[in-house]
Amino acid sequence: MMDNNRQTMMLNIGDNVVTCTQTLSQGEEVMINGTMVGLKSNVWLGHKLAARAIAKGELIIKYGVPIGTATENIALGDHVHTHNITSNYIPTFLHD
Amino acid sequence: MMNNPTGNLINGYLRNDGRKGIRNVLLIAYLVECAHFVADEIAAGFDKQSVQVIGFGGCYPNEHANRVMKSLCTHPNVGGVLLLSLGCESFNRNKLQQYIENSGRPVSTIVIQESGGTKKSIAEGKERASTILNQIQFVRRVPMSISEIVVGTICGGSDATSGITANPAVGLAFDKLVETGATVMFEETGEMIGLENHMIQRALTPELGIELKNAIIKAARYYTKMGHGSFAPGNADGGLSTIEEKSMGAYSKSGQSPISGLIKPGDLPGKGGLYLLDVVPDGEPRFGFPNINDSAEIAELMACGCHVILFTTGRGSVVGSAISPVIKICANPETYKRMEDDMDINAGKILSEGITLDEIADEIIKKIGDTASGTPTCSEALGHREFVLTYKSFEPIGPACLPV
Repeated sequence: MMDNNRQTMMLNIGDNVVTCTQTLSQGEEVMINGTMVGLKSNVWLGHKLAARAIAKGELIIKYGVPIGTATENIALGDHVHTHNITSNYIPTFLHD
Repeated sequence: MMNNPTGNLINGYLRNDGRKGIRNVLLIAYLVECAHFVADEIAAGFDKQSVQVIGFGGCYPNEHANRVMKSLCTHPNVGGVLLLSLGCESFNRNKLQQYIENSGRPVSTIVIQESGGTKKSIAEGKERASTILNQIQFVRRVPMSISEIVVGTICGGSDATSGITANPAVGLAFDKLVETGATVMFEETGEMIGLENHMIQRALTPELGIELKNAIIKAARYYTKMGHGSFAPGNADGGLSTIEEKSMGAYSKSGQSPISGLIKPGDLPGKGGLYLLDVVPDGEPRFGFPNINDSAEIAELMACGCHVILFTTGRGSVVGSAISPVIKICANPETYKRMEDDMDINAGKILSEGITLDEIADEIIKKIGDTASGTPTCSEALGHREFVLTYKSFEPIGPACLPV
């Protein structure tokens, strides 16, 4: 693991997302990849933040492997989840 | 003789077939849903730890259900069996009774239509259950080492903490258990989609590698036909965005050991090692989702001989099981705080207190030892005894699946 601090952890070198190790609030300052970022929204424990800018169509890398594809441009520090990434296998089922 | 890591002696129940159990349950097994109520009423008068209910609800014959019921009624944690038949269902009660008798266990069958209905069957059932309970209390006790305990793992109510705390901790515990010669197994091939090429490299032989890969391809095809991956909305609430992300977390429960074989529900691995249980039916999808819920998966792990189940959860599952104790390992420290009464181990401490994976793995092994020594797990103490068995169809495994 690298670039870890109290708030987030990167599971594999080269991942483009980090995992929140605690629930974080909108406006909170988080250090990601050496840059201080203000959070645009609340982000819960276990959820992902972009570790760098990710372009639409780029693979999302966590644990060192692709876990999906970006469906829009994602900025450093943005919440990365079902609203901006999609599975490359079977679509994710959500409540309406 | 080997002590468990807590120093307590594990005093196993020796069965006539030579297998050893860590519980001595009287099973009441209904053979069609129509006999379920009577089975529950018979069990209601007894202690929940000693008398438990399982069964198959379907009226139509099914070889998979038959095989699982045979395996569970002769599970090492089971001392004796009372079969509950309505009378007109397809399940072959005589064959099952014969199979249980051959294992050396006391068994008796009540046919509700012959006994004269609900009231008389309940009264007769209670009497026969008491008789069997008296018979099985004198089962021979023998020393049992931790390496003789067959351990299965499942995750339920996963969130994004599962794959970084509880699941890799179980994987590490599995590695340590395999080193002692124990048999351990993981399943949920529907949550290994995308990981088949990594799995191939862990297979003991190249031929087994092909079988493992085919099992994952089968799962991907099956779930695609169902139009739904092994993924619930709560997984997404917990931060998991895609099936491949969930899969990476689920797969980490298997640890790093080589994979010794591929088994299907009802197969008993003959030697120690790590096994993949293929729970996805063979052939064209016929009976719906491979496993409709976590309890159905636990039933199949038990049908492969698991004495104890390591159940990891992030969102917070409360289920337990009939027959084999379920050890609940909570991945998420916030969930643990909310649902402490249901959780045996707080793996969330890895995030909240900086405890290492290795420390949690040791805690898991110690808990297995304590549980085998008789200490009830949280779900056992709360009285949880879930059980689900559904229609499925499987082809027998080929020779490449068990190379040793």
